[in-house]
Amino acid sequence: MNLDRIDRKILQVIQSDFPLMERPYLQVAESVGISEGEVLERIGRMQEEGLIRRLGGLFNSRKLGYTGTLCALRVPHEDIERVAGIINEYHGVTHNYLRNHEYNMWFTMLAESENKLDELLTEIRQKTGITQILNLPAVNLFKVRVNFNL
Amino acid sequence: MLSDLEIKIVRELQAGLPLVEMPYLEIARRVGLAEEELIDAIKVMIRRGIIRRFGAALKHQDLGFTANAMVVWDVPENKAPEVGRTMAAYEQVSHCYQRPRRPDWPYTIFTVLHGQSREDCEKTAAKLAAETGIKEYKLLFSTRELKKSSMKYFLD
Repeated sequence: MNLDRIDRKILQVIQSDFPLMERPYLQVAESVGISEGEVLERIGRMQEEGLIRRLGGLFNSRKLGYTGTLCALRVPHEDIERVAGIINEYHGVTHNYLRNHEYNMWFTMLAESENKLDELLTEIRQKTGITQILNLPAVNLFKVRVNFNL
Repeated sequence: MLSDLEIKIVRELQAGLPLVEMPYLEIARRVGLAEEELIDAIKVMIRRGIIRRFGAALKHQDLGFTANAMVVWDVPENKAPEVGRTMAAYEQVSHCYQRPRRPDWPYTIFTVLHGQSREDCEKTAAKLAAETGIKEYKLLFSTRELKKSSMKYFLD
């Protein structure tokens, strides 16, 4: 993807502390040194290209009353598509990755309560037929996500 | 807990900020507030930590941060808080959690490392190991993204 210096400056400004004022894009424009229209146009393009996944709030799920967990399971190679299809259908499953380990499928799941999470995991065991799932809820959180130096 | 109004605001903000000159005015109209009231409410939600970050979620792979490794560390429970905090202080560490030990799974500290390459991540892991004295660890590289999406809260 070809990002010029101005794109990078815009991303740097809007990846955190997006302005909270009447004309936020004008504020971004002034700090980058281009027009408001150009900021809107560039952000729109970067959204279309998928570089900006979303512009808005990133929430602390716990404070919204949600609880989450990280799960891992061993899925035979030939069964990956089917199992991923079942798991990814849950809207509480936000990330799912294959990783280079015998526990090869790793997904995160959020739900309204711990009971609900247990229920969903039971359902996933039944539907996938994979009964051994590592359920690894966080007991301590030391850091989530920093901004990237662009 | 959140008020009904805050839940409405969450529903709007998770859909994304409109790309118009006055995006807050548009959202304010939808939730039945004045523009200023909406902006104040968002500020309060940031202050209360309900909104962790207000801005753009980026796709890092496209920005040169091509490699990420989940590194799992076998850290004794009584040392976990100290080790967790030490590792979290590193710039290359984007996530750091303590999770429970399981019969089949001896790892208690989980970090996500970002780098330009796998070797980069391996170097960072070796540095973390040297600093904390934790020798049992594994790098789990993602080989395929099966799903990555933003959570949608309060759907019903």
